[in-house]
Amino acid sequence: MLTCKQFLAELSDFLDESLGVAERKQLEDHINACPNCWVIADTTRKTIEVYKCHTPISIPTEIRSRLMKALEKKMAAKRGSTL
Amino acid sequence: MAPEAAVFDESSLVAQARLGDTAAFTELTEKYQRNIFRLAQNITQNREDAEDVLQETFLKAYQHLPEFEGLSKFYTWIVRIAVNEALMKLRKRKWDKTVWLDEPVTVGEDSVAREIAVWEDNPEQRYSQEELREILDKAVNGLATPYRTVFALRDMEGLSTEETAHALELSVPAVKSRLLRARLQLRDKLTAFFKKKVEDPFAYL
Repeated sequence: MLTCKQFLAELSDFLDESLGVAERKQLEDHINACPNCWVIADTTRKTIEVYKCHTPISIPTEIRSRLMKALEKKMAAKRGSTL
Repeated sequence: MAPEAAVFDESSLVAQARLGDTAAFTELTEKYQRNIFRLAQNITQNREDAEDVLQETFLKAYQHLPEFEGLSKFYTWIVRIAVNEALMKLRKRKWDKTVWLDEPVTVGEDSVAREIAVWEDNPEQRYSQEELREILDKAVNGLATPYRTVFALRDMEGLSTEETAHALELSVPAVKSRLLRARLQLRDKLTAFFKKKVEDPFAYL
């Protein structure tokens, strides 16, 4: 049986589902027997999910247009230098 | 038209851009600007710095496109440029002493006492979108730079462990240990907001 410390060391790989079958089984056996580690695993999984679902991906219009202007300027300068 | 024609084809756009097709580079910029801006904000924690990083990243990528060998994805390549720009910004701010990503990080005993408490099933529903954003931002901003950077790349931008290691010039085990610490620290911080409320028998008092 794994200790809690050993379990925690593998927690990320466990949550990312990047472990082999035998290792995964060992970790599952541990959380089924250890309520504290079950809670840590469950709440860490929810932590990752909440960031995945609630991190907006947007860019303010003025920042986007300043980027495009800077890029156009750079492109024009490059065109000028290669003519 | 075949449905796959509509799929964003990164490698052919990169090839066209390398041949001098500015429209192709503009399309790549349109595609990734939001991710790079979000990443820059997460690392620098400052909107002005994030805008500078965003511009520098795409201008440098355009400038150095002939040197991009296509060994990694274009996106990973620009992420690497953005991370370097963002860390440079932080280094310029003297007060941040946790900027060096290659500093050894202890992986052993975590001295932080963890709160073990069950969360609500959909804990985020307890808060408005704005409140939730503030809670999540504050928690991430409370992480030291090496943890915050790894968390932003892995769990917010969705890079693989290997891609994150490549972008940060770290080993895979170093990325893994930082990610674990970041996730556990965030879990601790969020527990205060998301834990199940225990019925208070004296609530009527």
